[in-house]
Amino acid sequence: MRLVCESVGHKYGALDVLDGIGLTVADGECLAVVGPSGCGKSTLLGIMGGLVEPTAGRVFVEGAAPAGSLNPITYVFQDFALLPWRSVASNVALALEHHPLDAQVLAARVDDALARTGLREFRDAFPKQLSGGMRQRVGIARALAVAPAVLLMDEPLSALDAQTRELLMEDFLALWLAARTTSVYVTHNLHEALRLADRICVLSRRPGRIKQIVGVGVPQADRALPAAARAMAELAEQLWHAVRAEAVDAEREVADG
Amino acid sequence: MADRRPVPFRGGGFSPIPVRHAAAIGFAVLLALWEFAVRHGLVSPLFLPAPTTVVAALGDLWTAGTLWQHVSESLVRLIGGWCLGTLAGLAAGLAMGVWSLGRAVGVPLVSALFPIPKISLLPLLILWLGIGEASKIATIALGVFFPTVIATYSAIDAVPRNLIRMAQSFGLPARDVLRKIVLPGALPGILAGFRISTSIALILLVSAEMIGAQYGIGAFVLQAGNLMLTDQLLAGVLLISLLGLAIGTGLTQLERRLLRWR
Ligand SMILES: Nc1ncnc2c1ncn2[C@@H]1O[C@H](COP(=O)(O)OP(=O)(O)OP(=O)(O)O)[C@@H](O)[C@H]1O
Ligand SMILES: [Mg+2]
Repeated sequence: MRLVCESVGHKYGALDVLDGIGLTVADGECLAVVGPSGCGKSTLLGIMGGLVEPTAGRVFVEGAAPAGSLNPITYVFQDFALLPWRSVASNVALALEHHPLDAQVLAARVDDALARTGLREFRDAFPKQLSGGMRQRVGIARALAVAPAVLLMDEPLSALDAQTRELLMEDFLALWLAARTTSVYVTHNLHEALRLADRICVLSRRPGRIKQIVGVGVPQADRALPAAARAMAELAEQLWHAVRAEAVDAEREVADG
Repeated sequence: MADRRPVPFRGGGFSPIPVRHAAAIGFAVLLALWEFAVRHGLVSPLFLPAPTTVVAALGDLWTAGTLWQHVSESLVRLIGGWCLGTLAGLAAGLAMGVWSLGRAVGVPLVSALFPIPKISLLPLLILWLGIGEASKIATIALGVFFPTVIATYSAIDAVPRNLIRMAQSFGLPARDVLRKIVLPGALPGILAGFRISTSIALILLVSAEMIGAQYGIGAFVLQAGNLMLTDQLLAGVLLISLLGLAIGTGLTQLERRLLRWR
């Protein structure tokens, strides 16, 4: 399934947050969105998934969702958004319960999602008993359980420590390579963007506009190889150059609220 | 090194250390002092009977059978009034928590009526409902209603917005968002409100029974006072305290069971 933004803009009252975002996320593509703090990345993702109503422009999906997809556009949240009163398995089941599924089918879907995220032994644990990395695995399992056609992720790893982030990123990449779900991945972390994304969209500081879209030519599976090191380093340099200027300006801005 | 000194420790204090049995010992010492003072004539037993006398009086009342009549009438009023006020309070709090119009109308109304001491409405309620049970139950229900409303809608307010957005992003219908996210999320706050509302109910119960009742723990305490039967009076007070303690313990058990995830 493709996701198309047509001149999307957003204002919170008088605060102009997004302006003229025209963007197509191709079927099976992972698009990273980077940009300085407060430039409207989360807002854009909210608009893409129908959680925020844009004040200008529209968002469309094109093409059929894969068979068995229960929630075509699905989020993974920065703060995990787990229900503390539900166990791991029950948190995953929350995404399925309101669909007319047989109890066995539901249980099988939960089991499958838990197995894919390495959470089998933790199915009866409660969120407070888990580390941050494990909690985000639950968030990912919950998203996988509904077989999404488009995955929207808002800084899914930024609440984690550096080592956990690296580990989870590798696992996530393996999952993504197996399914190649159309994805939008918002991050502050250029390293994550360069590791996961097919294209990287750099937003300007607020109001967020598309400043540049950088394609990563190297396939994800090869990016960690020594042979790709040079090409990746050049891309990183180019990307940092684009982001830095915006970040410097955003940093020096006086808060107007 | 010649000029070598240990670094002095200066980080102690200012963090309470649990002292075992201190509370029980303190309590026992207080009771013992009281008993001692009465037995040795330091205070007149007419004004302050010894703890043992109070417990004995409670035992006598129990064997005489009058106790149960007072307690049962009180319990009917307490349970009836509390349940009524709680049900209405939960409904109103829910309406104010999830419905903008309900909030716009309800919040100012509740803030305006909450400070009225509900016992002052008893005479009016007696005019409306008669001197019987209804006016006492209504007083308790009113007293319970307002804190329950406030606890309920603030608890709903405190449910993290991101959890609701999460549920919506997975396509949960509004009814399920309410049932699976909002209500369980608000439960801790609602249960905390029960603690306040039960203690208010107990106060109002005793006050209402002192104003106009034949039977009931409050009436019993008042009658004992009129007859200068201070041992029976204190036995009644002890009974009310035990009732409050039992309610508190029950609520703790309820919280343990329902909020095991915390
Ligand atoms: N509900 C809201 N009401 C008013 N202003 C908002 C609201 N949500 C966000 N904003 C403001 O809009 C701007 C963009 O917010 P947004 O969260 O989309 O930025 P972001 O790029 O995701 O930032 P970050 O990198 O910090 O996550 C910020 O200045 C923020 O303060
Ligand atoms: Mg954000």
